[in-house]
Amino acid sequence: MKWNEFFVTGQPLIYAADVSIVLTVIGIVFILTYFKKWKWLWNEWLTTVDHKKIGVMYIISAVLMLFRGGVDALLMRAQLTAPNMKFLDSQHYNEIFTTHGTIMILFMAMPFIIGLMNIVVPLQIGARDVAYPYLNALSFWLFFVGAMLFNIAFVIGGSPDAGWTAYFPLAGNEFSPGVGNNYYAVALQISGIGTLMTGINFLVTILKMRAPGMTLMRMPMFTWTILITCVLIIFAFPVLTVALALMTFDRLFDTQFFTMANGGMSMLWANLFWIWGHPEVYIVILPSFGIFSEIVSTFARKRLFGYKAMVYSIVGIAFLSFIVWVHHFFTMGAGAAVNSFFSITTMAIAIPTGVKIFNWLFTLRKGKIRFTTAMLWSLAFIPNFVIGGVTGVMLAMAAADYQYHNSYFLIAHFHYVLIAGTVFACFAGLHYWYPKMFGHLLNERLGKWTFWLFMIGFNICFFPMYFLGLMGMTRRMYTYSAGLGWTPLNVVATVGAVLMGIGFIVLCYNIYYSARYGERDMTGDPWDGRTLEWATSSPVAHYNFAVIPEVTDLDAYWRMKKAGKGFEIDEEKLKPIHMPSNSGRPFLISIAFFFAGFGLVFKWFTLAIIAALFIVLGLILRSFDDDDGYYISVDEIKRTERLTGKGA
Amino acid sequence: MKQKMWKWVSLLPLSLLLLLSGCSENMLVLQPKGPVAKTQYDLIVWSVGFMLFIIVVVFVLFAVVLIRYREKPERADYEPPEEEGNTLLEIIWTVIPIIIVTALAIPTVKATFALEKPVKKEVKPLTIQVTAANWKWIFSYPEQNIETVNYVNIPEDVPVKFQLTSVGPINSFWVPQLGGQKYAMDGMNTELILQADEPGSYMGRSANFSGKEFAHMEFEVLAQTKDDFAKWVKEVQQTAPKLSKKKYETILQPGIVGRMTFSNTHLAWIDHTKQNRHYMNSDDGINR
Amino acid sequence: MAEAAHHYDEKMPLEYRTEESRLNILGFWIFLGAEVALFATLFATYLVLFQRTGNGPTAEELFQVKGVMIETILLLTSSFTCGLAVFEMRRGRLTGLLTWLLVTLLLGAGFITFEVREFIDYVHEGATMQTSAFLSSFFVLVGTHGAHVSVGIVWMILIMIQLLQRGLTPRTARKVFIVSLYWHFLDVVWIFIFTLVYLTGMVI
Repeated sequence: MKWNEFFVTGQPLIYAADVSIVLTVIGIVFILTYFKKWKWLWNEWLTTVDHKKIGVMYIISAVLMLFRGGVDALLMRAQLTAPNMKFLDSQHYNEIFTTHGTIMILFMAMPFIIGLMNIVVPLQIGARDVAYPYLNALSFWLFFVGAMLFNIAFVIGGSPDAGWTAYFPLAGNEFSPGVGNNYYAVALQISGIGTLMTGINFLVTILKMRAPGMTLMRMPMFTWTILITCVLIIFAFPVLTVALALMTFDRLFDTQFFTMANGGMSMLWANLFWIWGHPEVYIVILPSFGIFSEIVSTFARKRLFGYKAMVYSIVGIAFLSFIVWVHHFFTMGAGAAVNSFFSITTMAIAIPTGVKIFNWLFTLRKGKIRFTTAMLWSLAFIPNFVIGGVTGVMLAMAAADYQYHNSYFLIAHFHYVLIAGTVFACFAGLHYWYPKMFGHLLNERLGKWTFWLFMIGFNICFFPMYFLGLMGMTRRMYTYSAGLGWTPLNVVATVGAVLMGIGFIVLCYNIYYSARYGERDMTGDPWDGRTLEWATSSPVAHYNFAVIPEVTDLDAYWRMKKAGKGFEIDEEKLKPIHMPSNSGRPFLISIAFFFAGFGLVFKWFTLAIIAALFIVLGLILRSFDDDDGYYISVDEIKRTERLTGKGA
Repeated sequence: MKQKMWKWVSLLPLSLLLLLSGCSENMLVLQPKGPVAKTQYDLIVWSVGFMLFIIVVVFVLFAVVLIRYREKPERADYEPPEEEGNTLLEIIWTVIPIIIVTALAIPTVKATFALEKPVKKEVKPLTIQVTAANWKWIFSYPEQNIETVNYVNIPEDVPVKFQLTSVGPINSFWVPQLGGQKYAMDGMNTELILQADEPGSYMGRSANFSGKEFAHMEFEVLAQTKDDFAKWVKEVQQTAPKLSKKKYETILQPGIVGRMTFSNTHLAWIDHTKQNRHYMNSDDGINR
Repeated sequence: MAEAAHHYDEKMPLEYRTEESRLNILGFWIFLGAEVALFATLFATYLVLFQRTGNGPTAEELFQVKGVMIETILLLTSSFTCGLAVFEMRRGRLTGLLTWLLVTLLLGAGFITFEVREFIDYVHEGATMQTSAFLSSFFVLVGTHGAHVSVGIVWMILIMIQLLQRGLTPRTARKVFIVSLYWHFLDVVWIFIFTLVYLTGMVI
């Protein structure tokens, strides 16, 4: 392979990216060396098994990926602003929408949600960590190296260009001979393994490690949604694992699963992809419902209305999510009976979702609503998501879908549900739980600026797309001709996208500003919260709870406060706390995964095998490791608790 | 500050409406020119009614609740009640969506079944074999023994059975004003029945991404009176050149070609609806 | 983490005595649930592609009864001996445990040997992974199972080393128990492969 095939060349944008990547790396190395932070980085972050720090790392990665995916989006909007633009060529545009979709779903939405669940779930159930802290670190690092592997594609070897759905035969060797789709198959595989382990980890954590008295029906709604999400992950992700493995075999070893000759069947890929893909959508939306439930209840100062119905509706949605996948390709010609069945199951999802919307509205009713930034995001979710939801029902009507399918109507719909659902939830959760992560609040004034800019920009950007779809504009077109009359709405959409971009910049500035000048949270309970995470100090001590709380009802911490005593710690009752030791192995194993993946992408099998041997070595060392963790002494707990003002 | 922002926000929907009214003649889906598109249009309008109803209910409730129960100085002492839920209310808002979904499901299922068959049973349908290739559309008329590339002429008021297949990536055959789309896939044969009510030129395009020049996979559907169509067919049969195997191979090469017309079809020597080897190795047994 | 990590509960079997062990065993059951989804997908793929043989041989032309029967007997027996190993462990007999584990892994190795020979035979007959969609799905489904068995063998060896080093402790007992769950699971998967792939293939 020649060097100019290895590195992507010929595009000014790519050279600019090359330069900025090199400069960033040099900058990071310089800062770490200058401030002597290497040891700190290793001890505090790279080797940590603390769920809160892992959660923070997930969120930082997700925000970086949001930046990358957002830049992709802005480039696309720039190209589509006017007809016959020459800003991007077709190949470049195809790569960009592919990476935009893949990154936003798998490397932005998922890790953001998983980050929040890492930080919050153990706190909400009154646990000191997750069931398998070591595995948790490995999950994160696998996700992280998967994301990095996917991201280097655009400067080394070339990005995938067959869409985030990677339909065959387009994504096969015949039509995509480069390494781009190898990156897709391998990077998603690596991070997918991490996600599956997270699913198992949190399922066991929630089932087995709840504080005494916290029955299933006393769990906070966010924890409930995570429980169900874990079940979705456990049954959906193996399907992705298989689909990607078959894709890898087709691309690297010339098997015939999805090829055009020798019996291959491209429709099989579409089915496997969406059998995973549809539950995947609910994997990112159900936790969002949980986040909104927590925030709405807190800032309305009311118990969640219809808690039980909320739980049943999540279970219902999760069940239905496995039997609707065909609605992603009604147009494949499966026949009227099949399409009708999937049409009805899809529309049925509207029923539990509708129940949830009304329960949120009635939680607000008779409440005392405080408009904090977190609450604004949660409130804005309701009308925006309803627009996305009802257009979803329209898309579910098979006969009508033949007219919407793959048009901008569809694009508008899924951005309305995914942005108003998941992205709003991520921002809401970030503002809400920020003090638990860093000990200070995000600035409310800047937060509200972000909210208004982003929310208004979002509507300006995506609402016109419904009409572009009805005009016949299909997704993934890199350009269009002037006579079609699509220009005005495309200009509007671009304006909206720019506003969203500005909103994101304000958010980043807010993070910096608040770190320097933000209000410190001395109480640990800045919002007058209802669930157990607010019983801890901010930031949370690394053992979470000096004494495990006892739970008597839903909204456990609210009960304690109502009873007049809050969460007090009786120093007499303190016992030494057992904690797991840090380990550098998850990080190192993941590095080996990176090289194994890189080797596969370029068919450098020697590299892949050597790296795989390192992975096996890491697993063997783990098996022989009998580090049982360590104990925190009562004295140290007392000191920590007095420092944070929680101790007596 | 806040006041100003609100004013600005309230202007947005208005400006959007103005803009849309300017564009409405471009909304092809909402201007059906055939029975299939009309069925789908009716279904869309029917569903939009329900959807607007839902949106209005939720938005009004949302606004009322937010205005009434927001925190304000005169309610400083107010402490919200602890309510667990209300079974009757919850039953109501479970049942109403069920009714709405049923009201949408019945016509959907009916329409989905109806679209599988031609509307006019008394008229003999015209069959056209459609082949998607990178990045062009090939139309073969087996009965007339003619072939066109990137445009297709059809008679008005006659159901047309488009038999769809592909020699490459999956494409989707979509003519918004005549009716919804269907996939054209390698080694497969899908059928889409469309019909034009009046003569005219309708835009058609691929709706499923198929690679580099996908954006240019556009074609024209020209609906003609029956007489004009017959005349056109005759003219093509007499004047258009013959399509050779070699010429056909060059057409299939990836790239963009303009319009073409031939007085025979490739169906004589190859059937793409059976699984073929790809054109690249077509020399060794294209019809195994 | 488990505060009660070292609180022994004497009434439970050895492998369940620590909180950590209980968590790990539950987690492994859930992992097996994910494995069920994984194999179900592979089976579905195989059933879809089963008759798409292209220019290659069909299942009926390819499969041979004898080798497959031997593989089946070896693996079924190994599942039984694996059960005996756990039985010995519950009675606290280290030697019995080690012996039956050794027998189990030898039977497993025998299974793998015959499977590899079977695959090599097919390849010599010109039936490779690249020949047709049917063969691609066959090799990947059966191969994934075989890879699982191979991993199981390596895993068992590692646990036997630990048993020799450390004796029978709650930790090693838990490891033996988990590997036995894994081994029985692979046995169940093989029963499905035997019926859905080989028997069906030879009859239809």
